[in-house]
Amino acid sequence: MAEATHDIEIRDLYKIFGPNGAAHVADVKAGMSKEDLKARHDHVLGLDDINLTIPAGRIQVVMGLSGSGKSTLIRHINRLIEPTAGKVIFEGRDIVQMGPAELRDFRREKTAMVFQKFALFPHRTVLENTTYGLNIRGIPDGEAEERARRWIARVGLEGFEGSYPNQLSGGMQQRVGLARALTNDAGILLMDEAFSALDPLIRTDMQSVLLDLQQELQKTIVFITHDLDEALRLGDRIAILRDGRIIQEGTGEQIVLRPADDYISSFVRDVKRGHVITARTVMRRVEPVETPVTLPATALLEEAARAMTDADASRANIAAQDGAHLGVVTLSKCVAEMIAPDDGDEADAKAQVA
Amino acid sequence: MDLVDFPSMSRGDLRDMRIAIDTAFRDFTRAYGDTLESIFHPIQVLLVFIEDLLIDAPWIVVLAGLAGLVWALGRSWKIVAGTVIALLLIGYFGMWEDTMRTIAMVAVCTLIAVVIGIPVGILMARSDRANGVITPILDMMQTMPSFVYLIPVVMIFGLGKVPGVIAVVIYAVPPIIRLTNLGIRQVPADVLEAAEAFGSSAGQKLREVQLPLALPTIMAGVNQTIMMSLAMVVVASMIGVRGLGQPVLQAINNQYFTLGVMNGLAIVAIAIIFDRSTQAYGKRLQRHLEAQHG
Repeated sequence: MAEATHDIEIRDLYKIFGPNGAAHVADVKAGMSKEDLKARHDHVLGLDDINLTIPAGRIQVVMGLSGSGKSTLIRHINRLIEPTAGKVIFEGRDIVQMGPAELRDFRREKTAMVFQKFALFPHRTVLENTTYGLNIRGIPDGEAEERARRWIARVGLEGFEGSYPNQLSGGMQQRVGLARALTNDAGILLMDEAFSALDPLIRTDMQSVLLDLQQELQKTIVFITHDLDEALRLGDRIAILRDGRIIQEGTGEQIVLRPADDYISSFVRDVKRGHVITARTVMRRVEPVETPVTLPATALLEEAARAMTDADASRANIAAQDGAHLGVVTLSKCVAEMIAPDDGDEADAKAQVA
Repeated sequence: MDLVDFPSMSRGDLRDMRIAIDTAFRDFTRAYGDTLESIFHPIQVLLVFIEDLLIDAPWIVVLAGLAGLVWALGRSWKIVAGTVIALLLIGYFGMWEDTMRTIAMVAVCTLIAVVIGIPVGILMARSDRANGVITPILDMMQTMPSFVYLIPVVMIFGLGKVPGVIAVVIYAVPPIIRLTNLGIRQVPADVLEAAEAFGSSAGQKLREVQLPLALPTIMAGVNQTIMMSLAMVVVASMIGVRGLGQPVLQAINNQYFTLGVMNGLAIVAIAIIFDRSTQAYGKRLQRHLEAQHG
């Protein structure tokens, strides 16, 4: 099993779409805006000064609305799109500098990709789709099939090996897409809005499948989405992209608690905060109190509130994994954090009106 | 000034120009005719071989072989039954030998058209420049009256089978080129991107993804090519190609109504057999698209 041990480092990455993008990198570096570039030179700024370290073995979500450049960004990691300037370093090698054969080997052995519209091969059965990556590497049919069957079973498609993609529902097709990617046994898994085309229930289901798999696989997953709930559920780290720039990067909790600007605030306003913020963040560092409830540091606000109401307690102790006391959280603080953003802006505004 | 008559070249100049070009071409055919003939000789060998095979073998064997081929392509008993009945009638009305010659001719022409057409179609699909150059040539090949390009072909090769094959192939090859090109270009971009993302080389993309997905369209091209070569057998008979075209030509010249209709119907019968079996084969290639998720 290929476990991820190396970060992916994206450095000073620019992408300018147009016939002569390279000529305008200097202008953009000097601060020319996307609008000016479009108006004056008829070139489109796709990515603007991207610097991102994607941690090995974790799920990095890249979030943004359509046109933010998120799909462009993920395609730079396996170079389906050529950057205009910049570096993408993996295992000490710059992917941008690779020759055609080296790039092919990198794609075959180090990466696998899952697509928004599934992009399955319509003329190949589920099994044949799943073996594709191994087929083109020249791995013997017997071995390829054995590995493919294992992953088909793992994503819950046993019995459908001989079906064609057209015979399957959207959710099942994307399971094939996932099995096809996993069979490649690559350290990097690129998921471009992989679940966006699915119904909400099936989407949640697929998110669970992915989280389960990741627990055992520990791959470096780059997950693109426009859905904040999905980003918060899946992402160990989240980068928010707007107009080709990363405007905030951090854990889901950091982004919800401290949005970098109004744009992100408007995004996170409707988030179920109880599902994102941990009790540890809102606890007070005081001595242990007398209460039947002791929570782990990773407990979310909603879990904490439920545990306290179930035990009919108003306070809970928070303990680290080794059992050491960290602090105390109250039920009222938990509920307050769950229902209202505590950034003070709205409170100030109200105070001024009064 | 005279605005009614178009200001044209003088008759003398025009005549001199024609003579100059014709002489140059005649000199070319005298100088290189033999070389070209020997280059194309294998076509003659192949055609004669298939003709002899179909004519000299016992008719019942040939009939069974053709029925088997139709079954292999279409997997339909209806088409096989139609084929057998049509061939029995053709034989009964004394057109067996001519029909076999025509089938041999069409088979060879289609084979050559496929061997030339598919690679050219692939080239056009991969390069927009090739596409831009070849498209007008195909337009010309399809619209130029076929008698016109018979002239240089006959000047080089004389009368006979090989010029017939060349004339038919020129007429019949455009659809397979166009449809190969179209089929490859129609492969969805996201599927190609997936192939690319998994590290396929250009050849692997072509073999594993583009050609298989284009195959139903290419088969439609093969079907068109067969139909067009059949349509050409009458014209080709004017330059000495034997088969069902020759009695038709004879019937036109002598106003033999029944002879014309009988041979004409035989051509129609073979056309339908070829058409139905290749179409059925094309459909079978698309069966992965038919089964829909309910």
